[in-house]
Amino acid sequence: MASTASTSPNISAPIKMAAQDVNVFYGDKQAIRNVSIDVGMDEVTAFIGPSGCGKSTFLRTLNRMNDTVASARVEGRITLDGEDIYSTAMDVVQLRARVGMVFQKPNPFPKSIYENVAYGPRIHGLANSRADMDVIVEQSLRRAGLWEEVKDRLQDSGTALSGGQQQRLCIGRAIAVQPEVILMDEPCSALDPIATAKIEELIHELRGKYAIVIVTHNMQQAARVSQRTAFFHLGTLVEYGVTSDIFTNPREERTKDYITGRYG
Amino acid sequence: MNAASVWLLIIGLAAIAWLSARARATLLEKSAGRLATHSRAHYHGAYVALWTLLPAALFLIVWQNVSPALVTNAVLTAPEAASLPADAFSRSTVLSEARSIATGHAQSAFNPQSQALVAPYRSAITRYDIIGAVLTLILAFAGGAFAFTRVKADFKARTRVERLVMGGLLLASLIAIVTTIGIVASLLFESARFFSMINPLSFLFGTKWSPQSAALGYGAEHAFGAVPLFWGTIFIGAIIAMLVAIPLGLMCAIYLTQYARPAVRQWMKPILEILAGVPTVVYGYFAALTVAPLLRDFAVAVGISGASSESALAAGLVMGVMIIPFVSSMADDSINAVPQSMRDGSLAMGATKSETIKRVLIPAALPGVVGGVLLAVSRAIGETMIVVMAAGLAANLTANPFASVTTVTTQIVQLLTGDQEFDSPKTLAAFALGLVLFIVTLLLNIVALRVVKKYREAYE
Repeated sequence: MASTASTSPNISAPIKMAAQDVNVFYGDKQAIRNVSIDVGMDEVTAFIGPSGCGKSTFLRTLNRMNDTVASARVEGRITLDGEDIYSTAMDVVQLRARVGMVFQKPNPFPKSIYENVAYGPRIHGLANSRADMDVIVEQSLRRAGLWEEVKDRLQDSGTALSGGQQQRLCIGRAIAVQPEVILMDEPCSALDPIATAKIEELIHELRGKYAIVIVTHNMQQAARVSQRTAFFHLGTLVEYGVTSDIFTNPREERTKDYITGRYG
Repeated sequence: MNAASVWLLIIGLAAIAWLSARARATLLEKSAGRLATHSRAHYHGAYVALWTLLPAALFLIVWQNVSPALVTNAVLTAPEAASLPADAFSRSTVLSEARSIATGHAQSAFNPQSQALVAPYRSAITRYDIIGAVLTLILAFAGGAFAFTRVKADFKARTRVERLVMGGLLLASLIAIVTTIGIVASLLFESARFFSMINPLSFLFGTKWSPQSAALGYGAEHAFGAVPLFWGTIFIGAIIAMLVAIPLGLMCAIYLTQYARPAVRQWMKPILEILAGVPTVVYGYFAALTVAPLLRDFAVAVGISGASSESALAAGLVMGVMIIPFVSSMADDSINAVPQSMRDGSLAMGATKSETIKRVLIPAALPGVVGGVLLAVSRAIGETMIVVMAAGLAANLTANPFASVTTVTTQIVQLLTGDQEFDSPKTLAAFALGLVLFIVTLLLNIVALRVVKKYREAYE
């Protein structure tokens, strides 16, 4: 099967998350078929494919966000550092602290910028004092490339920022919990080109500190930010490989058709 | 010719007008072509029918209100009226008796003078009825004919009918508003009479309420201190009832929106809504016959002094239960209005469900919840039946929930039931209380709706 054949392309990075024969169902409808894929540590992995191909669904299985959808059912094995994340021993709350997520539409809480970032650390008890929290907030916002823009108005509402700033705030909020993996579900689809460029720049800077998985509709974006690219089509993983190979020398006909814009 | 047959007649004329105008317009349509005529035939029909009906109907309504006075004037000029008594009261007695006989509502006259006036009355009534009917019919014909001449290919009957429909709808919506204004006006008028007898300050800030002794004439000025009533109302409606309704309603909404499986939600929500539909008098029974005695026995058993079989606590607890559906459905709506992405955002950071509810959903939904609570308070303080049955009549200024207190609505009921004279401060006090209640609930509603609206805007 094509998908199993392309599980581990010639990559050197150690494996952070691994999926084996994953199937996802929404009620009777199967959204993901036999997907096996490895996500490398400290790398950016891009999922591309036409709308409805299951790439977002698959992304949401990696931090078990599909648990919130009543009709969703996941089969197969997904591991984080070798631990099965769907086993009963895995605490889903801990899992999501280790595997953070940034959504398609920026969704800051209707709280101050400071409180948006402090939310996660406070829940997980990462700060012992107000001063600790200040440090975490500043570091997270610096990493998210937002500190210089908001340092004088940390008490303003997070929802008052521009769309691009909101999205960087959401990234900062995810970073504040000190995750190991960050999942990004089309993080730029609601943003203008300048804000998009800033997010891409940010992804470059975050690479090496976190394993990043990004779902995108924009193939240029995948080519620019990722080291490895997976092409999904109709719920299956068609091809997975080093990004430059996928874009210059795809093995599969469907991949070639998609990246050359023949459909999708 | 009586009024009913005139009404039937003009309705019949309108129907004929409709048919004939439609027939004419159909002919026009056939000769000129459908697209060359502006409006469909039935719009022309409706236009002419409305012109036939509306002016005539308006005139008839006015006439039916004006003609009795005209009839009476005519009777007074008749020679038989010369012997009428001079003073206004006995004169109008005789006149109304004669009228009753003339219209067939009474059989025979008690007063011989009335008997003499029956004949002139009859003739005057007949005369004015005929005049009215003829004028109505003329108007109907004139209106119909005017409209009928306008049935042309390019006449915009459709637009005109649309405008008339709009006018009709506007009128319908104005009725509710005009009624409200009327209610407020009557409240204001009667309250003004009350405040001309009793100083408003001693009413609003006095602490002694004993309208019964005032009726007997002892120091009326100081018997209408309404503070114990306001306190009782707030104690029961805004404190005890809310202590029950806010936490329970909120928790209920959280369970239903966040935890309940769809199957559970499906049967629990309707049951809650049934709770909102139970007549308040039934809650009243429950409070007075079940809850109040239990509370009194409990209070006596643990040695609380001042326990009464009609207690603030009984009325407040039951009222709180009654209010739960209001609070929970408002809270339910506002929690549901918080975007799913907020919940996802929080869950994706590793927050548990209850952390998400406590730190994200409730703060975000809070304005809506507060709005719901304010609406519930305004409903609770205006509630009457439960407190009439369970709260008692003694105007005590006490914070002991086991003691009997009374509320504004209870006292209004007390002041206005039975035979009352409407010029004593005792009765008029009910209107002053009603006015205060009206103003308070109005303000609460305005604030609540503002809060809810502002919050809605924040997410849309």
